[in-house]
Amino acid sequence: MAALEVHEHDVLVIGAGGAGLRAAIEAAASGVSVGLVCKSLLGKAHTVMAEGGIAAALGHVDPQDGWETHFRDTMKGGSFLNHWRMAQIHAQEAPDRVRELESWGALFDRTPDGRILQRAFGGHTWKRLAHVGDRTGLEMIRTLQDQGVHRGLEVYMECTIVHLFRDGDRIAGALGYWRGSGEFVLFRARAVVLATGGIGKAYRVTSNSWEYTGDGQALAFGAGAELIDMEFFQFHPTGMVWPPGVQGLLVTEGVRGEGGILRNKDGERFMWRYLPEARRQEYAATEDEARRWLDDSVAGRASKSRRPPELSTRDNVARAIYTEVREGRGSPHGGVFLDISYLPAERVRRKLPSMYEQFKELADVDITKQPMEVGPTAHYMMGGVRVEPDTGAATVAGLYAAGEAAAGLHGANRLGGNSLSDLLVFGRRAGAAAAAYARSLPASPRVDEGEIEAQMRLLLAPFERSEGENPFALHHALQECMGRYVGIFRTEADLSAAVDELERLRTRLARVRVEGSRAYNPGWHLARDLQNLLIVSEALTRSALLRRESRGAHSRLDHPQLDAELGKVNVRVRRAGNGMSVDLTPLPEMPAELRTLFEPAREKVS
Amino acid sequence: MSTAREMTIRVSRGDAQRSEWVEYRVPVEPGMVVLDAIHWIQANRAPDLAVRWNCKAAKCGSCSAEVNGRPSLMCKTRMDHLPAEQPVSVSPMKTFPRVKDLVTDVSWNYAVNRRIAPFTPRPDAQWRWQQSDVDRVQEFRKCIECFLCQDVCHVLRAHELKDKFVGPRFLVRVAGLEMHPMDGGDRLPWLWNEAGVSLCNITKCCTEVCPEGIHITDNAIIPLKERVVDRKFDFVRWIWNQLRGKPSDRF
Repeated sequence: MAALEVHEHDVLVIGAGGAGLRAAIEAAASGVSVGLVCKSLLGKAHTVMAEGGIAAALGHVDPQDGWETHFRDTMKGGSFLNHWRMAQIHAQEAPDRVRELESWGALFDRTPDGRILQRAFGGHTWKRLAHVGDRTGLEMIRTLQDQGVHRGLEVYMECTIVHLFRDGDRIAGALGYWRGSGEFVLFRARAVVLATGGIGKAYRVTSNSWEYTGDGQALAFGAGAELIDMEFFQFHPTGMVWPPGVQGLLVTEGVRGEGGILRNKDGERFMWRYLPEARRQEYAATEDEARRWLDDSVAGRASKSRRPPELSTRDNVARAIYTEVREGRGSPHGGVFLDISYLPAERVRRKLPSMYEQFKELADVDITKQPMEVGPTAHYMMGGVRVEPDTGAATVAGLYAAGEAAAGLHGANRLGGNSLSDLLVFGRRAGAAAAAYARSLPASPRVDEGEIEAQMRLLLAPFERSEGENPFALHHALQECMGRYVGIFRTEADLSAAVDELERLRTRLARVRVEGSRAYNPGWHLARDLQNLLIVSEALTRSALLRRESRGAHSRLDHPQLDAELGKVNVRVRRAGNGMSVDLTPLPEMPAELRTLFEPAREKVS
Repeated sequence: MSTAREMTIRVSRGDAQRSEWVEYRVPVEPGMVVLDAIHWIQANRAPDLAVRWNCKAAKCGSCSAEVNGRPSLMCKTRMDHLPAEQPVSVSPMKTFPRVKDLVTDVSWNYAVNRRIAPFTPRPDAQWRWQQSDVDRVQEFRKCIECFLCQDVCHVLRAHELKDKFVGPRFLVRVAGLEMHPMDGGDRLPWLWNEAGVSLCNITKCCTEVCPEGIHITDNAIIPLKERVVDRKFDFVRWIWNQLRGKPSDRF
């Protein structure tokens, strides 16, 4: 065998979306050696798909906004299962991170007085999302990428990490393979930051690309770190439903932020029926009020009217659409209608250019003239690696996580726009903490040679089999299982069936066979990614079984109510030998001074 | 749901050394794009067929290839917009070395990008501007780095002048920096001396293939050429600076 390629860094960042890039930039700024590994080419991570904007209480359009309100919205949106400290840090630091991005060259849309423009989004009290039309994520990743390449980072593109090494109880490095050649590569590292994003490829109807196979969560799990909140998986309310090839493709919440109206096949604006009683007073009571709010919004001025019902939180809108379709009031292709065609065509094209293109090119629909058809699509994992709020440190020394791979900020449901700010706020903190930790180590940890050999053998095993299953067929079976049993609405029986099916899939995966050579072989890549998908799917399903209540994105038909006791705990997942242990762990309690922000009198003021 | 209709796809398969056309019959569904067909082949006929892709929504620029000879994003190219009576041919971008099948080595582009002086805020930057001040720059920043403009550019494709010319993509990037209202950097000497801005003879092929509809030639390259020429060949300015004892900014 050829000699193993080896690289050594103080900090190894895995994943080069917004969180990974921001972490790498911060670590490099402190003078340590940083490697940045990504499965795709640089700049292609799913951050480019983030469309609507980045949430930060800048108060440019609605001057009443401030970090306290953003904090409150985030906690309410997450059904109070968020880690209060992460929600606080996030709300306080997001404005600085947005201004920083601007100082690095990002060009956000402007208010009439020349400042960063902000738009409305679901669950946000005020207009809060800094944006660039509907391509905010592209602006963000390109800005970070162009900063990053001048900061002395080593970027390893199209490289998949498959295993984390430990030296005793510390992280020591990672094993990967080059997607192009199929050759192995060892990274010795004092600290590792996981910024690998989500798990969306566990579902067939998904907004996620091939990359999102739960790598970070599975790597952390394998290394002995804790995962929490894995039962909270967000179905974005609006994905495309037609034609078949684009099913699941994201339709930005920005459409609703810009005035998009949801209707069923009878023309009814149904979202009013689904507003939770406790929050009904936050939304417009009539079509007229919603329209006044929109007119103010278009004019870029603060509004005395309340926001339209379409801007309810994502968990709620997704359930509403799902229910409309199930009860026979759906559109021809099994979705509902989302209409923005009543606005001037020029405005629609200006504020939602990529939606306009997407529907025109892929679905032959002109959204300035016709309604879109939309339905829920698998989108975002709220759960993930359990981290220290201030540092992003996982429960294994030297391991850090940020962005979608980490848990805590979003609780039971994420508000739109809070993920881009999450990436910057916690990417930066994880990068800084990982660098400080790396510097504090007196010597580099050691990687066990035998463990390297064993991992390489495991990876090559599918080539050795003369017969066995096709990885694409297995992936299809996994997606069928998760779609059928672990969707928006869940029951004990369905979840149990999923656990059994996942067990069978694991047996089948052990016999998967790969054809062809090691050079750029998607079948082989998928065969390995499926291991991660099975781990995160099982974690999701087992966590969902344990949470016998309905909260945020987790809806149990057999337990439709909130359970106050379960509101005090997170579900925790850990490795136990070759298996998985799932239990409850206390949710950190919010300090009194933050609790007062939720008193009705305080809510009125800010 | 699927119809009985089938189409033939010819995929150029191989590596840097050899390649061959391989034909596949693929069932065609309504609204299907070329990338869907490639994925069908992967899942059902050739699991080792190499292709790059990510977003499948024309937002990431990963799935660039040549469909019936035309540089295209596979995720945006509808099967029902292609002639049904002949096979659809899919081959990798010609301008870059092939890694395998439809995947090419585009690392040269990343190396070029590193050579561009980054955004450099002016010391007096106020961070306030009107939307109309940045409409033009926002157009450039729509670029998804699919490198189709690089693929079609004859300076790179036919004349193989990668060592002398950075290509349309990076002229767009430089234009985005030079026209940024807060940028204080000066990349004009670099454009002339190293980027090879004069090698572009504005045939506009890049503009034609840009999936983002960026007016690459008219809005980015021509204004850059004008700025470079204005500075380099403005002798009045040069004499004025000499008379006032100011250092020359010619290059």
